[in-house]
Amino acid sequence: MYDAGKIITGLILFLVLFTAPIWVNLASGTSAKRPDIKLPIEEKECVAATAYMKASHMDLIYEWRELVVREELRAYHSPAGKEYEMSLTKTCLSCHSNKAEFCDRCHNYVAVSPYCWDCHTEPKEGL
Amino acid sequence: MKILYSLLAVSISIAFAWVGTASGGLHYLFGVVFPAVAVFLFLFGIVYRVVRWARSPVPFHITTTCGQQKSLDWIKSSPLDNPSSTLGVIGRMALEVFFFRSLFRNTKMELKNGGKLVYGSAKYLWLAGLVFHWSFLIIVLRHFRFFLEPTPVFVGVLQNLDGFFQVGVPVLFMSDILILGALSFLFFRRIVTPQLRYISLISDYFPLLLIIAIAATGVLMRYFLKTDLVAVKQLMLGLFSVSPIVPEAISPLFYIHLFLVSVLLAYFPASKLVHMAGIFLSPTRNLSNNSRMKRHINPWNAPVKVHTYEEWEDEFRELIKGAGIPLEKE
Amino acid sequence: MTMSKKHPKPEELVAIDYQPRRRDWMDPHVEFRKGTFNYSANPKSMEYLGLPFVRKWQPTEDDWKLPPNWKEIILNGLRERIDRFRSLRIFMDICVRCGACADKCHFYIGSGDPKNMPVLRAELLRSVYRKDFTTAGKILGKLAGGRELTIPVLKEWFYYFYQCTECRRCSVFCPYGIDTAEITIIGRELLNLVGIGIDWITTPAANCFRTGNHLGIQPHGFKDSVDFAADDLEDITGIKVNPSVNRKGAEVLFVVPSADYFGDPHYFGFLGYLALFHEIGLDYTFSAFASEGGNFGLFHSHEMMKRLNAKIYAEAKRLGVKYIIGGECGHMWRVLHQYMDTMNGPADFLEVPKSPVTGTVFENARSTKMIHIAEFTADLIKHRKLKLDPHRNDNHRITFHDSCNPARAMGLLEEPRYILKNVCNHFYEMPENTIREQTFCCGSGSGLGTDENLEMRLRGGFPRANAVRYVHENHGVNLLVCICAIDKATLPGLMDFWVPGVSVGGLHELVGNALVMKGEKERDNDFRGTPLPGKEEKVHV
Repeated sequence: MYDAGKIITGLILFLVLFTAPIWVNLASGTSAKRPDIKLPIEEKECVAATAYMKASHMDLIYEWRELVVREELRAYHSPAGKEYEMSLTKTCLSCHSNKAEFCDRCHNYVAVSPYCWDCHTEPKEGL
Repeated sequence: MKILYSLLAVSISIAFAWVGTASGGLHYLFGVVFPAVAVFLFLFGIVYRVVRWARSPVPFHITTTCGQQKSLDWIKSSPLDNPSSTLGVIGRMALEVFFFRSLFRNTKMELKNGGKLVYGSAKYLWLAGLVFHWSFLIIVLRHFRFFLEPTPVFVGVLQNLDGFFQVGVPVLFMSDILILGALSFLFFRRIVTPQLRYISLISDYFPLLLIIAIAATGVLMRYFLKTDLVAVKQLMLGLFSVSPIVPEAISPLFYIHLFLVSVLLAYFPASKLVHMAGIFLSPTRNLSNNSRMKRHINPWNAPVKVHTYEEWEDEFRELIKGAGIPLEKE
Repeated sequence: MTMSKKHPKPEELVAIDYQPRRRDWMDPHVEFRKGTFNYSANPKSMEYLGLPFVRKWQPTEDDWKLPPNWKEIILNGLRERIDRFRSLRIFMDICVRCGACADKCHFYIGSGDPKNMPVLRAELLRSVYRKDFTTAGKILGKLAGGRELTIPVLKEWFYYFYQCTECRRCSVFCPYGIDTAEITIIGRELLNLVGIGIDWITTPAANCFRTGNHLGIQPHGFKDSVDFAADDLEDITGIKVNPSVNRKGAEVLFVVPSADYFGDPHYFGFLGYLALFHEIGLDYTFSAFASEGGNFGLFHSHEMMKRLNAKIYAEAKRLGVKYIIGGECGHMWRVLHQYMDTMNGPADFLEVPKSPVTGTVFENARSTKMIHIAEFTADLIKHRKLKLDPHRNDNHRITFHDSCNPARAMGLLEEPRYILKNVCNHFYEMPENTIREQTFCCGSGSGLGTDENLEMRLRGGFPRANAVRYVHENHGVNLLVCICAIDKATLPGLMDFWVPGVSVGGLHELVGNALVMKGEKERDNDFRGTPLPGKEEKVHV
């Protein structure tokens, strides 16, 4: 007894399941495109280098939160020598005013749902 | 020695990917070529192994029965531990595959002073095995956020469940802790138990260490040495849409992680890890105990020389006659 | 120190060291110590069966007089079996050496020899498989766990494949169901290809092939035994039963292991069968040609199993019976339940077994058309067709030993227990990790029950005996009931050694004792000739 039918079915199932992302991507025409984010127009310089911000902005924001809430510190000195207030709404969002077109685009892209907005009010469009 | 070889193999893999991407500029090789080759080897290898198994028939019906058979109506049978129907077999296999039913039976024998044997419950191997496999599955499924755009809904659900306690930023996933814990247990039990150390081969240590390294680099990347996830997803999407690109600004740590995964995929079909597919074909588990109800066919049912009744009667004719036993030919 | 005395003492055997030796297992090493192995096959028996490379040799000798191309023969044989048995290929490929099987084997528990861990027993073959049949092994050799097939490896195979009773306990615990019995069976097949076999298997197989039973009892001897039993039964019960041999047109062919009509305590169960069948008026016959249900061919090779088993269907067809009932025997039922129909079927000349007394149709045997006597009797009792007086077994405090094969290759667990509870008043189960599908082997199954192998048998039987000792000490158990001919032959010695004061009996011995037959005289003795409860004084008078 070989049970060829069952084994072939199993193998097809295996191949379909394990290659499913490929077929789904091909079918939906997905390509390796970076999400299109809206960058601030006036301000060209961020509180830290772009590469660092891309990978680790959450660390910075988290650190700010700790310093502000726990230690009552407010001032942040950037690597470039500028002073900023450690504030999500007042500093970050003053430039990156469009959450939907800046924060969310990347966050959605890599399926991250930060809980910033559990406490902070979402900025209104064009504030 | 065997542990050392395995450790060496994993270390070399790490060093290779590190040097290759940190100073060698071989991002395309490690980001595209190796993963693609590995995926192909994995898929082709598994199919090849299964087809090889499938080409050998199951000549006999050798179910291992682990409960009461189905016989008389009034005797309660064990449909899952000793199934007599296809449905029962599906149930038995599901219990094996999803919950490691047989391993759950595990006991530990001890010879007490005075020569008494006692059997204690020993569920740690089962628990660690189960935790490892399930964590691995959840982690693989979570990674679908890098494979598909938009990210499928199930990933979000899994992330919410896995990160239920919302510890830290990014949120700590329980599966990350569990997989490392379970793997460490599985690794150290091999070293600490003398009998296990005795039977273990390089091919036992190597995959354990390899998967530990994969999990560790993943954890390192998620919680400590972060990289540009958007770029990572671009790379993965490129691979999974068969139009690869290599974005800049992905750290060597990511390439190490990806290369280790590639090694695992390529190694998988050639190793004991094929138990993932083999379990489904194990004849002691996937056959129902119906061998007296339905004839099982052996395609090569070898012809053999038998001793016929006629030969027997011819040899013992006088004795048979003398004993008053009926004869075919007087 | 090897044991210098003829028989080791329990205290000596129980000093077991479970620490593996320093020597790597891959480095083949085996010492043929007296008491732990079996002698080689008698050339005459090999010749009779037409086996290859007939010669005189013994395991203790350096030179096993192998054919010059022995290695080629074995590797070709292995290749052929990998192509024929999916089980073998799968079991060679997917073991992860998790070690769950290790302390499940009675030979490992009793000997502490790491190569008796089922995983390592299989690795003895698996390492050669890896070396010659996998790409990694061909290239990397020892690094990939591969091992060259050499004469020391072959000797190791012989030693350890004959220290496995094919009981399948490890297979219950294996997460992938890897069955060492399958590996041992095929390992022994490979050894037989170059003329390496043991006498306690080959000679019974030759006997069975020629005369119809393992003991080599010829037709008239068989008839005498049956008649003798009928006389004995008459002495005990006052009832004359008339069993027939080779009678055409009977409804049922009844097949028992040959020890049942010759061995002690098997014979008392044989009396039980005769009493039972007479009482219900079953139209049955024995066959002198198929006078063996047990199958030592199973311990030799699949081919030999088929050769010996062929007689049963052939005889059922010749005699024109409707179906077959099989007696109490372990490996016999492995063959009947899992192999016979496939090998020698289809049994389209038979009818689906139907009890003539209760009308029960045994749907579970609708293809093979052979039922276990315990299934048959349990059905009779359930339908209240038997008058039973369990008090007659009151001298016994009983425990039940599940025989390996009915338990793990069939699932015959409740039938015997149901019968026992109806024929005796004092029944106690052994601890749960030692019964049902987790039952421990007697240590002498699969053709290992020889005197020269005694020490290993006592070691292998230690876990079983240990569980019996538990109920002996806690419940005063004095009778170990079982449904296997090898059990009945070897457990008495095992009990004398480990648990003195416990004797061994068969299920249908107790049925026969309890069965109140129509018109029987007042019984004074049980089937063993010992006084029934309350009759002790009368005998003395």
